[in-house]
Amino acid sequence: MYLKISGLFSALLIFVLFAGCGSGEERDARKRIQINGSDTEVNLVQSLAETFMEKNPNVRIAVTGGGSGTGIAAIINGQTDIANSSRPMSVSEIEQAERRGVEPLAIVFATDGLAIITHESNPVTSLTIDQISKIYRGEITNWRDVDGPDMNITLYGRQSNSGTYIYFREHIVQADYSRAMRNMNGTAQIVEAIRSDRSGIGYVGIGYIADSEGNVISRINVVDVAADDESPAYSPLDSENVMTGKYPISRPLYQYTNGMPGGDMLAFIRWELSEEGQRVVAQSGYYPVGEQYMQQNRELGIIE
Amino acid sequence: MKLRHLTDTFFRYLFLTAGVSAIGILFSIFIMLAINGLQTFTDVSIAQFFLSARWNPSAFAEPSYGILTLVTSTVMVTIGAMIIAVPLGIGTAAYISEIAPAYIRETLKPIVEILAGIPSVVVGFFGIVFLGPLIADIFNLTSGLNALNGSILLAVMALPTIVSVSEDAIRSVPREFKEGSYALGVNRWLTLIKITLPAASSGIVAAVMLGVGRAIGETMTVLMATGNALQLPVSFFDSVRTMTANIAIELGEVPFGSTHYYGLFAVGLVLFLMSLAVNITSEHFTKKYRWHRK
Repeated sequence: MYLKISGLFSALLIFVLFAGCGSGEERDARKRIQINGSDTEVNLVQSLAETFMEKNPNVRIAVTGGGSGTGIAAIINGQTDIANSSRPMSVSEIEQAERRGVEPLAIVFATDGLAIITHESNPVTSLTIDQISKIYRGEITNWRDVDGPDMNITLYGRQSNSGTYIYFREHIVQADYSRAMRNMNGTAQIVEAIRSDRSGIGYVGIGYIADSEGNVISRINVVDVAADDESPAYSPLDSENVMTGKYPISRPLYQYTNGMPGGDMLAFIRWELSEEGQRVVAQSGYYPVGEQYMQQNRELGIIE
Repeated sequence: MKLRHLTDTFFRYLFLTAGVSAIGILFSIFIMLAINGLQTFTDVSIAQFFLSARWNPSAFAEPSYGILTLVTSTVMVTIGAMIIAVPLGIGTAAYISEIAPAYIRETLKPIVEILAGIPSVVVGFFGIVFLGPLIADIFNLTSGLNALNGSILLAVMALPTIVSVSEDAIRSVPREFKEGSYALGVNRWLTLIKITLPAASSGIVAAVMLGVGRAIGETMTVLMATGNALQLPVSFFDSVRTMTANIAIELGEVPFGSTHYYGLFAVGLVLFLMSLAVNITSEHFTKKYRWHRK
């Protein structure tokens, strides 16, 4: 008797569980906008989405991270509505998307400066692009060679699924990374590692370590960067430097959609590019879209 | 009566299906790994794959597919973990089953087993924020994200398996063995070392092999705590990238059907064969130990 009842009960339970999960998801999927990708962008897009949802209570937006590569793979496979990416899609990725009937549309919605960070005790306050490149190639291995103390440099970087990893390699290092570089699982882990490593150097999105007033999280140094030996070094903490391009490591942040978006998605993207949206971008520690990219967005027909 | 008979048959077939599907799933996984993994070798020579220490499929310049660094890292971290966990685990097991008074045994055993329930991501986080800086301090290194860190964490994760399986083995040594030893005037320590542990040895070896299996396949903890550098490690103070961590890092973004994609399956295949070998060894010893008991 007992066996029979418990058997019946568990069968019922299983049935209820399965039944429950199907219909619930279907109901939500229609209204919820899925955004997935770059770890650099995840906090920024989250704040944008929250502000937008406050104004439009019937729109649901879900934002997740995982890296630009993850987001791009998701848009190619049709698993997300918007892919956040801190790098442009590669030619082979675009071809792959087209083979699957996906037409990726690149929208630039913010500008990011990459900060070079070191431990607070490190006396090196400025580096040139050339020095940074040599450090990450493994050609400079001691802080002594860049006017620092006699101490081996410990390299920290992201993993290959990160847009920041690719961007930094293509534009700054311009060669393979040194194999001694520790590949950290996300920006937060780079920051955490450098806070406890006096010989460390790392690269992270500025929004991750500084707020809009330029206050940096504790136990971290943000290095000033010079384009070359002749130019002066500029700090990324002053937003003027990044927006005017004086600070040499800045990049556009992308959102990819499958073809021209419509409905709530278009409304959200337009709002991101509006004055109000761009103010949220600035408050989150990033920089508004430059005129050149805004023009590009206009040509796509995203905004007037 | 009839209903009971029906229920019996129903459940017999239910469990049969469960058992058969477990085997079926295992084989399907193996075949999928093999089919995908072996395609790597249309582009990469077998010699390069196994003997080169340069793994860089998404390279700036020339991609390369050598798993020597990954295999070395996995083996190193696993051996390190066992050096720590084996003496500690057998010692704990011997203490729990032979020496500890009942009330200590009743508290200690469940506590050790709870260790197994800590999620690996929590262990990894502990490695980053606590153990890493501690190792750096003690050994005067700049960074504690290295093979030693991973080994210690994996040792902690393998301990529950080693302790509980070897405790069972030690406890099932027949009382006559020990009593014979005591009767000859041998003290407890020598009896434990010379009689009980050797009599339980095949069970203990099985416990160690299970611990190795646990350590070899662990992903999240080593991914977080070892730094994942791609250099061939030469000491326990170097950063390592294990096979599991490498798959976890790269599989999320790899283009479907590329050499890189197949290469990751090949790494998985090698890992699968490694842990299969470990499991078969442990099964072999477990069988011996069962035979002992009879």
